[in-house]
Amino acid sequence: MPHDHAEPHSLLPSDPELRARALETILVEKGLVDPEALNALIDTYQNKIGPQNGARVVAKSWVDPAFKARLLSDATSAIAELGYMGRQGEHMVAVENTPEQHNIVVCTLCSCYPWPVLGIPPAWYKSDAYRSRAVREPRAVLAEFGVSLLETQKVRVWDSTAEMRYLVLPMRPEGTEGLEEDTLVDLVSRNSMIGTALAGAAA
Amino acid sequence: MTPPAPFDAPWHGQVFALAVALNEAGHFDWPEWTELFGAELEEARSDAPLDGSDDYYTAWVSALEKMIIRKGIADGGVLKTMKSNWADAFLGTPHGQPVHPVFPEDL
Repeated sequence: MPHDHAEPHSLLPSDPELRARALETILVEKGLVDPEALNALIDTYQNKIGPQNGARVVAKSWVDPAFKARLLSDATSAIAELGYMGRQGEHMVAVENTPEQHNIVVCTLCSCYPWPVLGIPPAWYKSDAYRSRAVREPRAVLAEFGVSLLETQKVRVWDSTAEMRYLVLPMRPEGTEGLEEDTLVDLVSRNSMIGTALAGAAA
Repeated sequence: MTPPAPFDAPWHGQVFALAVALNEAGHFDWPEWTELFGAELEEARSDAPLDGSDDYYTAWVSALEKMIIRKGIADGGVLKTMKSNWADAFLGTPHGQPVHPVFPEDL
């Protein structure tokens, strides 16, 4: 039958999008999920939780040595002091960059990531290219991100799991000694807390 | 610092939220989810390397379908029928009108 476009029908969504709709319809219909709760969840990760939280943690660790000490010994509790807690942040570990060691984080299994401090991971973190190469050739990956390491720095790769999430503490940029925490926050990018950028650089 | 947009498409956020909501309601724990989802990603990447956006969330949908079947929440037939009812609803609804699917009788 010829397709009559005089009265165009609604655009057909993609296959996975239709399957997503089917899943939601079934789960809502069975009373297993509440549409309001779903909207609240999406809103939270869309608008409320993101790398700005982690940036606050890092900036505070730069200006408050006692906080930094707590962060390095028990990151989950120290981060909770700032009110960042909940899903996928139950077992946090903070790893500090130093002139001797640069840290980067990956999840080789899927995409485990510290949601309370960084939000939803970017597509590149979830890509095969990053997940397979970060462990095998971290220096090459870092070079592609434009990160040049000190000659003295070795690279340590941390593989996240459902039970263990990592936050990189980037080194405080030189020349920022006089800056306050609120200003320093702006120097802490998402990527710098994954280890694929340095603080003070873009992204 | 401008926070990056976390979801490239609304359905990415939708399926993300569905899995998290089911996890929080106690239908499965997160390690069980990461194991199933990790296996799904492994299978998906055998076709082509994943870019971490649409293909990542497509694997997420597949994993969620398998989890729902595994937990006895719905069977594959119901999932298939509901999907095709959604497609019919889109094709049968004039542009601009709200789209409402028919529910399978055995839902």
